[in-house]
Amino acid sequence: MAALITALPTASLLTVSVPTATLPSLSLPTAHLALDLGAVLLLALGLKGLSKVRTARSANGLAAVAIAVAVAGLLLEQGLVGWPWMLLGLLAGGGLGTLVAYRVPMTSMPEVVALFNGCGGMSSLLVALGAAALPAGLDLLGQISVSASVLVGGVTFSGSLVAMAKLQEWLATPAWMLRPQRHAVNIGLALVALAAGAALPLGLLAPAPALAVLTVASLLLGIGLTLPIGGADMPVVISLLNSYSGVAAAAAGFVVGSQLLVVAGAMVGAAGLILTQVMCTAMNRSLTSVLFGGALGAGAAPAGGGDAGEDPGYSRITSCSAEECALALEAAERVVFVPGYGLAVAQAQHSLKELARLLESAGIQVAYAIHPVAGRMPGHMNVLLAEADVPYEQLIEMETINPDFPRTDVVIVLGANDVVNPQAKNDPSSPLYGMPVLEVDQARSVFVVKRSLGAGYSGVRNGLFELPQTSMVFGDAKAVLQQLTAELRSLGVGKVPVAAG
Amino acid sequence: MNGSLSEALWVLLLGSLLGFELIGKVPPTLHTPLMSGANAISGITLLAALALIGQAASPGLRLVGAVALGFALFNVVGGFLVTDRMLAMFRRRAS
Repeated sequence: MAALITALPTASLLTVSVPTATLPSLSLPTAHLALDLGAVLLLALGLKGLSKVRTARSANGLAAVAIAVAVAGLLLEQGLVGWPWMLLGLLAGGGLGTLVAYRVPMTSMPEVVALFNGCGGMSSLLVALGAAALPAGLDLLGQISVSASVLVGGVTFSGSLVAMAKLQEWLATPAWMLRPQRHAVNIGLALVALAAGAALPLGLLAPAPALAVLTVASLLLGIGLTLPIGGADMPVVISLLNSYSGVAAAAAGFVVGSQLLVVAGAMVGAAGLILTQVMCTAMNRSLTSVLFGGALGAGAAPAGGGDAGEDPGYSRITSCSAEECALALEAAERVVFVPGYGLAVAQAQHSLKELARLLESAGIQVAYAIHPVAGRMPGHMNVLLAEADVPYEQLIEMETINPDFPRTDVVIVLGANDVVNPQAKNDPSSPLYGMPVLEVDQARSVFVVKRSLGAGYSGVRNGLFELPQTSMVFGDAKAVLQQLTAELRSLGVGKVPVAAG
Repeated sequence: MNGSLSEALWVLLLGSLLGFELIGKVPPTLHTPLMSGANAISGITLLAALALIGQAASPGLRLVGAVALGFALFNVVGGFLVTDRMLAMFRRRAS
């Protein structure tokens, strides 16, 4: 039991208490088994709770406790041999993780999840390489598991880093990456990786060169698969890579012989697949077209496709000032805001909430239309608006709010583009055709707040901007919202009607 | 592997089915936190890193284990904390 007592501080750094009271009466293997089973149970409850708003936060804590229990179980079984190395890894990884988790702004959440995810993949890869080098050697199952773990871990690592770089707009899709030949390159890389992976158990190559080839091919494959995918599809990719990291963990479980790891990895793998499917459905895209179709319109939108470049293709654009927009708002009975990534970039969620509160105080009905893939991640807008204390009931999903647009007086689009593009409904030649969108073109008037006429993240032009009822309000979302609030105040909106009559 | 290969494959199968069932229906609000939380759980590969450190005979291998442990813990600790930060924003609407 001395091992357990010394193991506890390590585990408790992660989260909280481990049920110590019941343990001393049990024999060592039984206690280890009990901790493992308890960890699986807690993990399952944690994942389940994470899918409900009311229980999500405590469920997250539960999952963290589960990991701590699992660590306690493992250390109880194998003792603290090599503890200085454990401490080293704990301090470096845990410390950096804490630092990043607290310092990252909410707008960069998708990138950070991609980064964390990639590191999980790297860990599986390293463990597999290390296990292959153990003096005891590997049996057939061990060799297959090592190959699988290196392959999936490598793809997860490099793929996640590319996804992060693309979201940060450090990387654009290079034009040569969109040629059909890339499929041949990727298939070639996959074949090399599979051959190297198969050479290990078949004994065709010595372990060291086989694993070296496998590692390099897997890392390149992750880059080759992710780099051609357009920014608009990145949420799907991150979700899929999240699923991969679960598979990599399960493979690592086979390598070290931990059924707990196999179960947990399989659960995360399945969870990632479900989320990926949900997102593909929301975009009316099949997973294959996301993965192998290449970036949407990437040829037309160079370098990130952000708001930087002017698109010369637009005519009949009406632009207006914040003052005119404020007048329209004052006269409205029902206003719908459509938030997009531009809102996140401008950190405008608090200004938006302030404007909405002012409108509500004047008796104007306010709602927020949330497209399932608005922003760079599903639920991205919900998180941002929740941060600004927007009432949960005012966030309305696409299917629910679409029938309401015809009776909406004013729609304000804040840094969203593709998710309000009417061509997705009525222009079969548009690359977005078929994607469900918010039908804001049905509203009486639409104001699009945008920095410039640049193309959206997918690089596709937007017919909404040219409609007669649409006016563009050029500017940073936060600045425009603050102007609108000031204009409305000067118009007397929201003042307490003293003895109205 | 403690048990036989077939036992491990059963575990894999049942774990996958459990994952599918557990998060079948999720409101879009929770997609990002769920992805982030599930991602933190996938860092459970830290168990494998700890096992490697325990079984390694040479300092070189232990170093590999320690680096793997660092990567996994970065994923686990960062993942849970970031998820908690996101979910803390929903707290006010608990009623």
